[in-house]
Amino acid sequence: MPDRITGEMSVEENKLEAIQTLNKHTGRVWHVSWHPEGKTFASCGEDRTIRLWSMESKNHWVNKVVLTEGHKRTVRQVSWSPCGNYLASASFDGTTCIWDKKAGQFECNATLEGHENEVKSVAWAPNGKLLATCSRDKSVWVWELVDDEEYDCAAVLNAHSQDVKKVTWHPNSEILASCSYDNTIKLFQDDPREGDWACQTTLEGHLSTVWSIEFDKAGERLASCSDDLTVKVWKQQDHVWKCASTIEGFHNRTIYDISWSPTGCLASAGGDDGLRIFKEDTDNDETTYKLIAENKQAHTQDINSVAWNPVDPTLLVTCSDDGDIKVWHFE
Amino acid sequence: MIEGLECTFSNANLLTGKPLRNEEVQHITINKDELKDIVFDLIRTIRDPEKPQTLEDLNVVYEEGIEVKDGHVSCVRIEFNPTVPHCSLATLIGLCIRVKLERNVPYPFKLDIYIKKGAHTTEEEINKQINDKERISAAMENPNLKEMVEHCIKEED
Repeated sequence: MPDRITGEMSVEENKLEAIQTLNKHTGRVWHVSWHPEGKTFASCGEDRTIRLWSMESKNHWVNKVVLTEGHKRTVRQVSWSPCGNYLASASFDGTTCIWDKKAGQFECNATLEGHENEVKSVAWAPNGKLLATCSRDKSVWVWELVDDEEYDCAAVLNAHSQDVKKVTWHPNSEILASCSYDNTIKLFQDDPREGDWACQTTLEGHLSTVWSIEFDKAGERLASCSDDLTVKVWKQQDHVWKCASTIEGFHNRTIYDISWSPTGCLASAGGDDGLRIFKEDTDNDETTYKLIAENKQAHTQDINSVAWNPVDPTLLVTCSDDGDIKVWHFE
Repeated sequence: MIEGLECTFSNANLLTGKPLRNEEVQHITINKDELKDIVFDLIRTIRDPEKPQTLEDLNVVYEEGIEVKDGHVSCVRIEFNPTVPHCSLATLIGLCIRVKLERNVPYPFKLDIYIKKGAHTTEEEINKQINDKERISAAMENPNLKEMVEHCIKEED
């Protein structure tokens, strides 16, 4: 029975509904990423293409642009610059491309080379002047925009002992976070005393590969998800990041991605084809997360990525090994 | 098609095949034993990367090593026994099993592959690697590895 008596939100009372299924990619779709204004999103996958989707009319998303000339292998991840004018793409071909539409349409105008093998992730710093990439070569690279189309490598960080799966930036301070096949999350900062980027903290607690990490909009919480079937939420206490909550017992296969909504809900998705939404429960002294919506068969195969619209808290997208992208309405 | 990436199989090909559409797969239910048979028939004929025999001939794979569990999709667990404890080709064998099944099983399913307990000196490391789908898909885009896998999983006419 829903908890109508106590007035609490329950799974039954929230609506999570697929409003559109987009099928243009061939094969596995690896990642979806929203433009900062929330009116466009980019997707990429095994077919080596990047697709840009825009809303044409209410609840109707259309593939407007296909970028095919950038990569020779799988495009693993895409990321929009904070200004929304640039799109970065990370590929198994070992390169990262920076796309812009100065010429009227999107073109790859810079290619970042240096990683020894597959680039798994790319992320822009909030100031738009720094970029981070990571690779199976175990390193995280920080790139600096020095000229209009020129990027210099500012640091090569060899802190992880294995494949680095994802990089992400803190939304309002220059903290870079990475997570890895070595089961850890690391936080990096440019240390003014040393004049160099260095690993400041290692967050340990996950028991297997950490697939994804994301800071919430205020930068107070860092969520992580793992092959150990848990989601963890890390918070800063006395300037130290600590695990504040562990969400477990919901997903029964690897959790590949998590995403914070602009209002602070947390979506998780993964290898069990399920999409789940959690909300922090502040009633207790202890912080817990409560499941407020779920679709156990959101896709017919593994979900690789979930991304909440940065502006609209009722809108999210997912993509899957089944080749589909789905747009979801949540309320 | 880009040179070096052609595949011999046409259905659910890792690089070019379209996955089954949602409408087509949503309501398929399959008997556990039937799926187990399909799986074993596919992996028994995989060639050993170094020897002329098949994985079944060498007892690397065996029927008892296959376990199927029901869920909203079936979950297949495969245990295999590399011929020698330090066999460096265990990862390649795991890769062959995964790729052949993902291409040829006509139903949606989840797959976990493990080395028989105690059969290998670095079994945990290998188990982690052969179940990381990102590493697997990247490996299959490496022309040399791909060629080796294609050779091992090719069906004789």
